[in-house]
Amino acid sequence: MYFENRGNRATKAGFGQGILEAGKLHPELMVLGADITASVGLDLFAREFPDRFFSLGIAEQNCAGVAAGLALSGKIPIFSTYCVFAALRSADQIRVSLCYNNLHVIIGGAHAGLSVGPDGATHQALEDIAIMRALPKMTVLSPCDATQATLLTKMAVKDCKGPVYIRFGREAVPDFIPENIETTVGKGQLIKDGKDISIIATGHMVWEALQAAKMLEMKGVKPRVINMHTIKPLDKEIIIHAARETKKIVTVEEHQAFGGFGSAVAEVVAQHCPVKMKIIGVQDTFGESGQPDELMEKYGLNAESIFKEAMLLMNDSQ
Amino acid sequence: MEVNKIQDVEELRKISSNIRRNILRSLAASGSGHTGGSLGLADVFTCLYFSVMNHNPQNPQWEDRDRLILSIGHVAPVLYSTLAQAGYFPEGELLTLRKLGSRLQGHPGRDHGLPGIELSAGSLGQGLSVATGMALAAKYDKKNHRIFCVMGDGELQEGSVWEAAMSASHYRLDNLCVIVDRNKLQIDGSTSDVMEIEPLADKWQSFGWKVIACNGNDHEELLSSFSENKKSSGRPVVIIANTLMGKGVKAIEDNYRWHGKAPSKEEAEQFIAALE
Repeated sequence: MYFENRGNRATKAGFGQGILEAGKLHPELMVLGADITASVGLDLFAREFPDRFFSLGIAEQNCAGVAAGLALSGKIPIFSTYCVFAALRSADQIRVSLCYNNLHVIIGGAHAGLSVGPDGATHQALEDIAIMRALPKMTVLSPCDATQATLLTKMAVKDCKGPVYIRFGREAVPDFIPENIETTVGKGQLIKDGKDISIIATGHMVWEALQAAKMLEMKGVKPRVINMHTIKPLDKEIIIHAARETKKIVTVEEHQAFGGFGSAVAEVVAQHCPVKMKIIGVQDTFGESGQPDELMEKYGLNAESIFKEAMLLMNDSQ
Repeated sequence: MEVNKIQDVEELRKISSNIRRNILRSLAASGSGHTGGSLGLADVFTCLYFSVMNHNPQNPQWEDRDRLILSIGHVAPVLYSTLAQAGYFPEGELLTLRKLGSRLQGHPGRDHGLPGIELSAGSLGQGLSVATGMALAAKYDKKNHRIFCVMGDGELQEGSVWEAAMSASHYRLDNLCVIVDRNKLQIDGSTSDVMEIEPLADKWQSFGWKVIACNGNDHEELLSSFSENKKSSGRPVVIIANTLMGKGVKAIEDNYRWHGKAPSKEEAEQFIAALE
């Protein structure tokens, strides 16, 4: 059984909706903007709760520090800007003021990956997962669609304790995950069972993985597809089961193939149940301008590429 | 709820002297750490914790306490010695500074459980942003407590400081007071050689701050600066405290080589004997 696309929606819209809903439930929730408020989905909250929205200008390092001060005063701050600025420009503030102090702050990383498109390499974040997952205390979330972005944003506010990084994209992508599927931070979701090969994907690559699975089935291969919406803490159990039961693993992320999600999965596989793996991601290069679908094709991040890599791994008899 | 406030300058001087003694003892015991800046700030910390701030060592988490953010975490010895002096923890613990398992980390770390530590900090240029967030929250909650942030003069070379300065005046955070430890020295030498930060008062003023300058080693001047600060309305305040690095120990005063060096046990004995 495959999930239906209910219509394309940007994951950033899901994040914005999540903040708005969480804001209604949690009066201590405060939102910090860094100029690109609407572009990262904060405008819904800002309009509804103007007294709990603080504009801090194009000053991401200060944003992270102010968030720390608010958290130390009993607030739950959220700040959001493009991943490249949220995760990289303010990395030291996130490390020391947020993580070392173990403060419950939610960092929204917008415009993840190549699919930002025409803006080009400066704005295409391909390193943020690697950096954020290396930080002690940090939780790293990467919802597969807008519906899940809303849900995980609310969970980040309600269920998480320390700092949380949540990554989402700009483009409208298929919204497919059923709302009633069990979702828990730190638990992967088995969304299609199979015994021949496992495709473990994160973010909107999960939809592409499902499309690749259809192609594989036409070739008589029975793939398993796992949606890993939490990159840290990583669900080891679901990975170890996949390794034991399918013996082959493909990971997919819209991020560098080094140090990111695939590396995190490989750390588990190598230490608990070594099997053949293929890590699909960007190969140590910057992106460029282009339409999102053109870029995804060029950099090997669409269903067709996943299918080809999976077939290569299936036919790899060594 | 709060500690008794001391106005008698003689008594404050004695406290500063004792804080300096404990700074030297703890640094000698650890064998490493930052001596010059810690000694130079002893008078500022004495005034803050014994005369200016509302706080309660018996209830470090008291909601209405004034908060002190030490942005320059490397001068932790002056914070620790002051907190011990105020009764937050036993003086003897000062000798565990920088040792494995100690609550007295090289730079303050909240996770290690030392009472009175508001923020794990020490990467320069971050404290003012955090203090700004705290001041913003206090305003939002209509609380009357104040936020103090102790910064270094070399630290002002960090660009993030000015992001924070801009935001604090934008939100008219007159419950925020920065103390700049203006000893004119940093690790590589004098601030004017390493990277000129003057005209310093003009910089803060142009960012919308009320500026007060004083002798940061003179209790009387400090107390009057802090009381002037209370009158500020609508603007955050910066007190440029002109201090002497290593103040109190003539042999090392105003010498940048003592920025990041600890005295040996013998040196510490001599320095303590020679304390003013």
